[in-house]
Order: sequence, then C-alpha cells, then structure tokens
Amino acid sequence: MTPTLAGRIQTRLLLLSTIGLAWVVLVAALLGGSASPSYTDRLRAGVAALIITMLLGVVWELVYHAAQQYRWEKDWPTGLALAVGLTEGTAVWFALNTAARRSTLVPSMTVPMFVVVFGTTWLLIWLFASGPMRVVALRWRYRGGRLL
Amino acid sequence: MSTVRTSQKSMLDQLLIQDKWKRDDLLDLGIRVIDAPLVTVGGGLGSFALADHLRVAGVPASEIVVLGPCSDPSDTYRRLASNSQIPDNERLRSDSGSTIDNIWGFPSYALREAWHDRSLTPLMKVATEPILTEYFTPRAGQVYAGVDRECDRIGWSSMFHKGWVRTIRPDRDGGYFVLFTVEKGLAVDGRRQIERIAFRCRTVHVAVGYPGLALLPDLASFRKRYPDHSHRVSNAYEPHDHVYDELSHRSSTIVIRGSGIVASRVLQRLLDDRRTLGTNTRIVHLFRHYVDGPQGDSPRFRRQGGGGFAYQPFNFPKAAWSGQLREHLEGLESSERADLINRMGGTNTAPRKAWQRQLAEAREAGVYLQRIGRVTDIEPTGSGLRIVLDPSDGGSAIVEANHIVDATGLLAEMTQHRLLADLLTHCGAGQNSKGRLDVDPDFEVRGTRSGEGKMYASGAMTLGGHYAGVDSFLGLQYAALRITDQMSNDGLCRALSPGRNASGWTRWALGRPPRNRRAA
Repeated sequence: MTPTLAGRIQTRLLLLSTIGLAWVVLVAALLGGSASPSYTDRLRAGVAALIITMLLGVVWELVYHAAQQYRWEKDWPTGLALAVGLTEGTAVWFALNTAARRSTLVPSMTVPMFVVVFGTTWLLIWLFASGPMRVVALRWRYRGGRLL
Repeated sequence: MSTVRTSQKSMLDQLLIQDKWKRDDLLDLGIRVIDAPLVTVGGGLGSFALADHLRVAGVPASEIVVLGPCSDPSDTYRRLASNSQIPDNERLRSDSGSTIDNIWGFPSYALREAWHDRSLTPLMKVATEPILTEYFTPRAGQVYAGVDRECDRIGWSSMFHKGWVRTIRPDRDGGYFVLFTVEKGLAVDGRRQIERIAFRCRTVHVAVGYPGLALLPDLASFRKRYPDHSHRVSNAYEPHDHVYDELSHRSSTIVIRGSGIVASRVLQRLLDDRRTLGTNTRIVHLFRHYVDGPQGDSPRFRRQGGGGFAYQPFNFPKAAWSGQLREHLEGLESSERADLINRMGGTNTAPRKAWQRQLAEAREAGVYLQRIGRVTDIEPTGSGLRIVLDPSDGGSAIVEANHIVDATGLLAEMTQHRLLADLLTHCGAGQNSKGRLDVDPDFEVRGTRSGEGKMYASGAMTLGGHYAGVDSFLGLQYAALRITDQMSNDGLCRALSPGRNASGWTRWALGRPPRNRRAA
C-alpha cells in the first residue's frame, strides 16, 4: 500500500482505536505483578499512550507525507513504517511523562512497561497493515490507505 | 454446396457492415445464439483477473463465459516473458503484493516464497526494500503456478471456450452479441472447418492484451527488402533463440536497440552467455535518446538516470498504482493524463546492481560499446549487416554486426488489431490521447453502451485512461475490482463486502472453491 496523506491519517486512527485498543486491554492484563501498578492504572496509562500516539501521529504523518514528496516513487517503504516507531515511541514517552506529571488522570509507566506496551502495539499494527488489513478492506490498498 | 456457402458468406458480409444486430439476423445465417450474462474476451490474465473477482463475489462459473485462443490464462504472458529472456526461474518486474492469483494481495509472493523455501530472506528483503536492498520481485514460475492453482479453484476450464472473437455488435434490444469462431478441424476436401457461435450478453469485457508487436520502421523495412536476411533482425518479444545459438558457435557482434527492461534482459543473457558458455560476443548498444543523468527539473519529481538508462524499479512510480499519483491521474483530462503517464513511464529499466556491475565490467573489457545515433540504412553483407548511422556521438557512421535485436517494445497501432479496429468502426468506441481505447474511471468503454448493456475493457490497450499501471498484475486486478463494483451497483452481482472478503479469503486459504451467491 502506497499511502496518501488522508490514507495515512485514517489508517492510523482506525488501527490504533481498534486493534491497538484491544491489544492494550490485553497486554495491560498480561503485565500484572506484585510490584506493578493496578490493572486500571496500567490500562489508563496504555490508553493515554494510544491517544497521544494518535494525536502526535497526525503531525508525524504530515512530516512523513512531506518527506515522501522527495521520493520518486512517492511511496513509504514498509521497513520505514516500522522503524519510525522508535522516534514516535520516544516522543510519546516524553509526552506521556509530561501528562502524568501534570494530571492525576494519567498514571505514569515504567520504561520497560512502556517499551513492551508501545513496542508490541506498534509491531502488531504494522504486521496487520502489511497483510491482513487487505483482506477485510479490499479497496484500502488501492486508495492509498483511505477508508472514507 | 458451394453456392450455399457463397450465399452465406455474402449474408455474413452484409451483417458485418451493420452497426447493430438482431437475434434473427444470426439465426437466419444458421449461427447458434447462446445467452450468457457476462462474456470476457481474450482469455488471458485480464479475463482471469475479472473472472476471479466475480467468482469471489459469488457469481457462479456457469454465468461467466471466457473466450480466447489459449486455455491457460498465463500462456501469452509466459511466451512473451520467455522470449524476452525471463524464463520461469527468473524474477519478474512486479512487486510482492501484486498477487494475480489472490485478489487481496495477501499472502504476498515474498511470504509464500519464505514459507516454501523455509527462509527468512524474502521477508527481510521486503522489510528493508528499497533502502537497504532492491525491491523483492517474484519468480515467474511462482506466478504461473499460483495462476494454475487459482484456475482449478474457480473452475476456469468450465468457463473457458477456445476460439477467436473478431466481432462484437450491440443487440438492437440492448446488450451485445459476441461472434465467436471455433475451429472444427479439416473437412474431407482439406478445407478448414469452422463454426460460428454468437454469445448474447448484457455485459462484455474486452481484454485482448497488446494490439500487436511492431519492429522499428527501419528494421521492418529491412525485413521487407531482404527477406532472406530477415533472421538477422529480431524483435526481442519474438522467439529469437537462433541468435543466441549462433553467438555460441562463433565470434559475433550484436546490436541492441532500446534501453528499457527488455534490453536489460537481453544484455543480461548475452553477458551471462559470455561468462557461462564462453561466447565471444561483442555488443553494440545503440541509443536514439541517451539518458546521461537524472530526469526531471524538480527535486520532487526526479527520476534516477545515467549511462544511457532511465531507472525506476517498476514501469511507473509505485504511487501510480495506489497512492497520490493514482488519485491525481484519475482527476485529469485526457491530454493531461497522457502527459503525466509519459513523464512517469516511458522507456525505463530497473536499477539492479547486478546488471549495472555486469555492464561496467563488459565495458571495461571492451565488449560492450554504447553508440548514439539514428539509423539511416541497413544492408546485408556476406555474413552479417552493415548499419549506417547518423551518429550524434562523434563516432563512426558504419557499424558492422551479425544480428540486430529490437528491444524497444514498440507496439502496433490499435487499428491494426481486428477486434479493436472493429470496436472503433461499429460499436462507438473511441481512442484516448495515447491512441488506445477510451475508457472511463470504471473501465467502461466510452460510447459503447447498449441499452442496459455495458462494455468494459482492461489491460494494455486502455493505457492513457484514468489509471497508469493497466499493463501489470495489480492494474488488471484494479480494473477487475472497479468493474465488479460497477456490476454490483447495477445489481448484477453481490458486493465484495468485508464479510464476503473475509469468507472468500478463508476459502482461498483452504483451497476451496468460492461460494456461489446470486445477485440479490
């Protein structure tokens, strides 16, 4: 799939709010332990990370789209879509920590927990977008990721 | 007997000059009329892609009629690929997700190759392409095997009828008659026996591939003037193994014309033969237009180029198939589309490092020479050819060679194809700015509607329309999807909904035939 700007944003929002959310609900339960925060706090922190990834992501997509304009293919290589998880993850981590410091609604997360939650969610979404997404949304790949 | 035949021929000739037919016209001529909801003409990969989509949408095989000269839909593609030096074990110029045998593009060819070979290499290639590695491209044999499997699954053989279609006419009552000629063997008197059958359908799809191949005019003229020496001038898409055979037996010089992907393949074959068979072949690569650097003034629209070649991984930038360039092209007018298609496409080849290295080594060894100029004359000599150039590189005006291979991929005009010419003359079809069949964004042939009947077309002959990559696996699938969606809108089949796709894909994965579901 070669994304358009609208396709990038729509795909990001859809996949984070469906597969991403389902995975965070599950992984928050799997990460339990005596020293961990409660399940509710883990879930709230995970959902907060998802929301930040969506909001910051809209800005990131503008940057990626601008960079794409300098490629003859006007495409976005699959590996790059995975690799930018590192920069995005770092940005989300700082934004999440800032939010946790300023609001009691957002619980904090340890670095290992964040790496697991964000990393696995990112990987899962990347894998889904690289294949199975085409099955349920046949026209998605032709429309540059646009769903509407 | 002869008088009857002459009279029938005369009646048929009378019928062929009419723009619309009636059922009785055909019955009066003794032509059997068979009703079918949909007929797809061509029987190649374009027909296959549409039949595959319709079958997944639930259309029973009994409601699809496929007409063409070859029972295997890959046959023509395979022959052209093989002639242009892509045998089954070589890789095509197509990406991993362009799975012609699977309408969803999943699992990709890379995933299947990884599974088959129990190797992570294809997946690593896809994950790192094109930055750390070159694009993954599937082996030709893998593609053909997939098509064979899908043919079995969707019941291709029950849909297919072998023969020729040279005429389509609108039915006065709406829909179309497709006049089909079947060879019935030889009569006692040695005459070829044929049977004509007219399929009457509401929807007709035309996917006959290239209108035809053409030689460069100077080469065509040489063949005409010197038929005894015509074997020295070959089109790369025609069988030309005799050239390689001769080169393997004696020191020779060969001239290559063209700088696209086919030229690259022929050069690879010649240089591989030098290495593996020890041939002593000298190559003169003749360019008409020499690409000496990147193409394009804008940093946002600049293609790699140099050393004579324009480089891009596929025929068009990837976004022409599914990204922003597809959307942009769809909104343009005919002449603007032709201009953009020319700028995105044109003559280009894949930037494969192995080829570039091979050419650099051959150039260094003095066995690969590039020349720039226009051919003004070709004359036969004792054992070869004397080519007269109007050189623009300051070199000699004379090139002596044993063979010339035309790898320009020049196509014949649409009007030289009997069926396509007939569509222009009698069915109201028109030509776009690229001289090909004028289709709308849903691949309906403009000007050919007949009552409720619609005519669609896909493949190479629709280049210049609203989609650039029509002559590719993904392009054929895109056209098939647009046509299926239109047929669904017209109530002729079920929609390819998410649920239908999920169950259809599961059946594909299990190797089960699609489930038949008639239109609601």
